[in-house]
Amino acid sequence: MIRSTTPGRRATGYLLLVIFALIFIGPFLIELMTSFKSDPDATAHPLALLPNPLDLGAWKRIFGMTSDSSVPILTWLGNSTLVAVCITGGRVFLDSLAGYALARMDFPGRRVVFAGVLGTLAVPSVVLLIPRFLVLKELGIFDTYQGMIIPIAVDATGIFLMRQFFLAVPASVEEAARLDGAGPFRIYWSVVLPLVRPGLITLTILSFQGSWNEFSYFLVSTSSPSHFTLTTGLAQLTSGSLGKGNQYPLFMGAALITTIPVAVLFFLFQKRLTRGQLDGSVKG
Amino acid sequence: MSALGATSGEAAAVETATPPPPRGLNRTIRGTQAVAGWLFVAPAAVILVVFLVVPIVLALFVSFTDWSGLTNPLTGGAHWVGLDNYKSLLTEPGLTQSGFMTSLRNNFYYVLFVVPAQTALALGLAVLVNNRFLRGKGFFRTAFYFPSVTSSIAITLVFMFLFNPSGVVNVLLSKVGLHGPNWLIDENGLFQVVAGAFGVHSTPGWAQHQVLGLSLWDWLSGPSIGMCVLIIMVTWTTSGSFMLMFLAALQGISEDLDEAAAIDGANAWKRFWHITLPMLRPTLVLVITLGLIGTWQVFDQVYLLGPNNPTIPTPAYYSYRESFANFHFGVGAAVAFLLFLLIVVLTVIQRRLLPEDIQS
Repeated sequence: MIRSTTPGRRATGYLLLVIFALIFIGPFLIELMTSFKSDPDATAHPLALLPNPLDLGAWKRIFGMTSDSSVPILTWLGNSTLVAVCITGGRVFLDSLAGYALARMDFPGRRVVFAGVLGTLAVPSVVLLIPRFLVLKELGIFDTYQGMIIPIAVDATGIFLMRQFFLAVPASVEEAARLDGAGPFRIYWSVVLPLVRPGLITLTILSFQGSWNEFSYFLVSTSSPSHFTLTTGLAQLTSGSLGKGNQYPLFMGAALITTIPVAVLFFLFQKRLTRGQLDGSVKG
Repeated sequence: MSALGATSGEAAAVETATPPPPRGLNRTIRGTQAVAGWLFVAPAAVILVVFLVVPIVLALFVSFTDWSGLTNPLTGGAHWVGLDNYKSLLTEPGLTQSGFMTSLRNNFYYVLFVVPAQTALALGLAVLVNNRFLRGKGFFRTAFYFPSVTSSIAITLVFMFLFNPSGVVNVLLSKVGLHGPNWLIDENGLFQVVAGAFGVHSTPGWAQHQVLGLSLWDWLSGPSIGMCVLIIMVTWTTSGSFMLMFLAALQGISEDLDEAAAIDGANAWKRFWHITLPMLRPTLVLVITLGLIGTWQVFDQVYLLGPNNPTIPTPAYYSYRESFANFHFGVGAAVAFLLFLLIVVLTVIQRRLLPEDIQS
């Protein structure tokens, strides 16, 4: 630590950090505060942070406390939760199962399967919109919960991530269990899986975040409003209403509801999430 | 702790993965492993094949047909039209060609601005947060990264509010005496606006020449004002996650060299330019190529902003709209494949440029 810094320099550094922090957090603050405003107030004073008057109308509509049921956000919230939980469960179990086999089991065709998994990593999801719609139609599960969940209940990134974690587990652990007469599934489930807990947590967070925020797949896999998630519901709500300038508090409240669950996860598991994001992209 | 660490342990793990089992047990273990191995990968493999591989093959087939989306294309519900869909997109003048070319133009300017902007901002933020004389880094890192994990739909909604005609941005502009445009629906190209400032108001004769369904004037428009909102929004959203990559790389750089240069009298800017930046090269390549691959796929935000402004739709959105709104699934599938081809090329370039063992 031979170098030191001048107070002026340090002040500049803080000033820049604070300015950028305002730019990055500002929109979320405005989102939060606008949701407590009345429609005219939100339109007339968009920059004023404090609502005047304080208006809970938007939140009452969101929580179904009014007779107006035109915007069933609670239903969307329920769908988002159901679908995200199922997809996350599927990914954590099936990805780790496949990742374990690819890391540790000697079976014919392993290399081919692994190359295939790597190959699918490069397929962008926007290219899959029409193809997946086509297959859902053919299988007769278009516009069903199964159709929303099963096709994305496995992801190549997750398989790859879990494989990396399994590779780091010492082989002696399995050998001991094998000599004790444990079968493959038992070794995987009760011996190895507990050792890769950090990997499972990372995968859980990334999967939940991904499926909660998923939009384009749900857009093409469903058609009836009863299957709207928060993302597809919100998109439906806003399309065509651009520039009318009304209902902003409701939109901001609904956007906030969409943001909160991931935000909570984010603050609870911040380190792991930032880490996992890196792993996924560097490897991808 | 991390999968990054796991990679370095990979070599060791592979060596110990198959120790010689006791004689006699050998065959049964191998047999069990073969069956169990397939059982373990089967669910994942089946889902990936049925919902990823098969669909791609089917869509390739559809891109050579006139399928409307309403019938069953496999049982005679679609007619084979050969390369017609591709021709109408690429070579035959008409609405399809100009629509597709407009979407390419839109996406091109989006990439041209977003990739440098997000890379520079991410690098700047990383250097700022990495400064060891500052406190509270954790807070700032969290703040900058947070937009990356939130729903793109929710964020677009917030930006639609910020940039509406009487929204936050225009209120701020009016405080310094500027009159902001109606951002989201403004179709004027940035370059055209600049040309207008220099007195070029009508389309010059040479720029009326039609190339691939668009006039040169339209090709050279630059991103529209509406597209600029998308550019600002995406740069704001994604910089945080790229910042993390730069941060990881910065933390891996030894401070000795930097300090030696400081003793030799090099100022901070020179040290950054001649020492830090060259060492960040692999990460820089990674961030730029990931950016290129990602920006050609933008969809969610365009779904919300595109319908009201023809200068915003991108090929991904154009493919969606042709299929699901206009029932030209053949054309939509052809666009998807052209986009796929572009992304595959970019991915191959990335893998060539990046050393195998990048551990940023």
